[in-house]
Amino acid sequence: MFESLSEKLQKSFRNLTGKGKISEENVQSALKEIRLALLEADVNFKVVKKFVNEVKEEALGQEVTRGLDPGQMLIKIVNEKLIEILGGSSPELNFKGSGPHIIMMVGLQGSGKTTSCGKLAKRLAAEGRHPFLVPCDVARPAAILQLQTVGKQVDIPVFDSHGIGKPLDIVKKATVEARNTGRDVLIIDTAGRLHIDEALMGELKSLRAFLEPSEILFVADAMTGQDAVTSARSFHEAMDITGVVLSKMDGDARGGAALSIKSVTERPIKFIGTGEGMEGFERFHPDRVASRILGMGDVLSLIEKVQEKVDQEEAQRLQEKMLKNQFTLEDFSKSISQIGKLGDMGSLMGMVPGMGALKEKMDVQAESKQMGRFQAMINSMTPEERRNHAILNQKRKQRIARGSGTSVQDINGMLNQFMQMRKMMGMMGKPGKLGKLKSMLSKTGLGDFADAMMPGPQAGVPQLPPDMDIEELQKIAAQNGGKLPPQILEQLGMGAPSGGMGGAKRPSRPKKDRKKEKAKRKKGRKRR
Amino acid sequence: MNDEKKKGFFSRFKRKKNDEEAQENREEPVAVEPEQETEPEDKPKTGFFSKLKAGLKKTTDSLKGGMDRLFLATRPIDEDLLEELEEMLIGADIGVQTSMEIIERVRREVDRKALKNGEELKEHIKKELLRILAEIPNKGFNLDHNPTIILVVGVNGVGKTTTIGKLANYMRGQDKTVCVCAADTFRAAAVEQLQIWAERAGVDIVLKEGSKDPAAVVYDALERVNETNADVLLVDTAGRLHNNPNLMNELAKIRRITTRDFENAPHHVLLILDAVTGQNGLQQAKKFVDKVGVTDLIITKLDGTAKGGIAVAIANELNMPIQFIGVGEQMNDLLPFNHQDFVNLLFKD
Repeated sequence: MFESLSEKLQKSFRNLTGKGKISEENVQSALKEIRLALLEADVNFKVVKKFVNEVKEEALGQEVTRGLDPGQMLIKIVNEKLIEILGGSSPELNFKGSGPHIIMMVGLQGSGKTTSCGKLAKRLAAEGRHPFLVPCDVARPAAILQLQTVGKQVDIPVFDSHGIGKPLDIVKKATVEARNTGRDVLIIDTAGRLHIDEALMGELKSLRAFLEPSEILFVADAMTGQDAVTSARSFHEAMDITGVVLSKMDGDARGGAALSIKSVTERPIKFIGTGEGMEGFERFHPDRVASRILGMGDVLSLIEKVQEKVDQEEAQRLQEKMLKNQFTLEDFSKSISQIGKLGDMGSLMGMVPGMGALKEKMDVQAESKQMGRFQAMINSMTPEERRNHAILNQKRKQRIARGSGTSVQDINGMLNQFMQMRKMMGMMGKPGKLGKLKSMLSKTGLGDFADAMMPGPQAGVPQLPPDMDIEELQKIAAQNGGKLPPQILEQLGMGAPSGGMGGAKRPSRPKKDRKKEKAKRKKGRKRR
Repeated sequence: MNDEKKKGFFSRFKRKKNDEEAQENREEPVAVEPEQETEPEDKPKTGFFSKLKAGLKKTTDSLKGGMDRLFLATRPIDEDLLEELEEMLIGADIGVQTSMEIIERVRREVDRKALKNGEELKEHIKKELLRILAEIPNKGFNLDHNPTIILVVGVNGVGKTTTIGKLANYMRGQDKTVCVCAADTFRAAAVEQLQIWAERAGVDIVLKEGSKDPAAVVYDALERVNETNADVLLVDTAGRLHNNPNLMNELAKIRRITTRDFENAPHHVLLILDAVTGQNGLQQAKKFVDKVGVTDLIITKLDGTAKGGIAVAIANELNMPIQFIGVGEQMNDLLPFNHQDFVNLLFKD
């Protein structure tokens, strides 16, 4: 849906002369594209205005770095600026002085305070602290019970505030109980409220005065639109918040609210909420959110996820076997499990620039199900069969089908795909066959999933070349405006899947395309 | 301090709005307080229009400052004005595309010299907004089926359960017997929350203690409705992000179950949308339409400063009527949506 900003920028620069320098003339339409992209990402329009002006000032007169075109140069400036604004101060929680420490969670209704309380408690407990959850939401029906249930889920004690009508009384009693029971961090869950609600904001202030919290975290929904500045500012003015939690980042909102909130409060975004499960709570990475706001995917998170979840040695071993054409059904099953560990293919693909469109087309779930069935079949085989598929005769297949709840036909289908994979793998070992491999892949019907499924540098699952680590990648990305250059993506096995990639240079394109673009440009002009 | 410098940029924005808001809002503690909320000013206690006005008051006020300045009849129409106007529409979350379209139409009128001053410009924009809203088919929110099965869906934290409480109360006010179904088996204490609402509204509730299977609860509820001959069944579902295929499929399954037992059910699939939602609202709506055939829209939390403009974009793009708006946490804080009023109030000075 969204064309990546870098593509748009390159378009707007394509027909311009004087490309060596960014000038007032050639930058104008590009700045408009930046403005649009930020607005579409829900960055507040005032923040956008200021941001675009700053980018313009910085960009004007700058020599375009060799190897970059002006569009890439501008992206680089925009990206750096975004990271600079989003990042900055340290996101560590403040635990200075003697405990118990108090963390207050505040925010609008439905922003995700209670869930974030549970996630934060879990995280702190894992760090060796002893959190105590204190429900202070006496307004919403069953809110106290909700935190109690959440507390049970993460195995953290919850103060029983039932029957105490006033939040101030609750926290008074809770602090005493925390001292008595040796809890060293109190996490205070407050009721959601509108920032314009004088009475309820007053209540928050009195809680703050009594508790003297070391952290006041403003919980905001990543899907928030233009109003993010208004609510964040009001909460900040009333409470002097110390940080922000951006919830529901597992959605597909571009998250421009992060920039809006950071701009008005100047307080660090400390955490992001990334799922309904209690483990879905992560540190905030300004660079990743920056590229997300710009619609450029999140390659680094993907790489990190792969590194974290995939057993590197195992993958290496599988890869070697593949290249030597010794890949067995057993290995096939292992490689499916490796992919399974990464979680939902769809969400993985969303992180890769240019793959968003593909994700729409693919029935990710059906593919996942299929893989599950493959594994069931392989699990129903004897070890011997797994190691040597050649011995599978009709009788054996019938037995396996019964064991896995499938049919002989299904098993033949699986074997077919397995054989094809083996064949392709063999090819991969030889240089210069990549193109052929890709065309074969699309014929197999396994499609992109197969691409992603095969361990090894050429496959879709990115693996770092031995001589490269994440830090280095991050450096490279930073130098290229937050994106990895196409050569490196190619190395990671994420080469552009037929032209979806943003930063990739594409010197020639089909005529039809150019025509379309021309029409688009015309339309664009009219608009203005 | 470091903040000082940054604040400078926003202070203009802040002063302008806050001063006005301060004047009017402070004497009028917001909708959350039940008694005061009902009629904070000297408006008659009955009549939905006045209630809508009260509910939309903050919405209007925050937009008004800008509008008034823009529409000073003396102000000539120039590029600056049009740009400001575009920003203002965008600032209301109406969306870049829709805002630009509106401005484009206005620009054409300006080029034709059909609009002479700011005042006429204002009328024209009002017309444009109304035209967009008027294009949306709205057959009203009928409860004619017997029983009328209503599925309530949306992303997390938009106010589904609260809205169901209000809807149950509203329908009971129309002499309907209502049954609510606690099919949010995922979120902690969601069932208990709905239970409290059902009690408040005095309606029947179907729940399954400890069940993790929403479809089973819905199945029970359908049986209950068959037995009790209730007029309306409101099904509360767990909030889910529209880009989570598993959860969306679960919702589709719930929908299928209702279809099996009753003809043409569900008769309404209500998408609840938080007014603070930005452009992602459109994605949400599209996915929910795709998976469970959303029929109507409800915008919640319009008692804040968010304008809920994305609803205009959604309604526009998906041809979906907005049925109600939520303006507070109390049972009566639900109003039928009226686009004429909505636009009028946005521009009321």
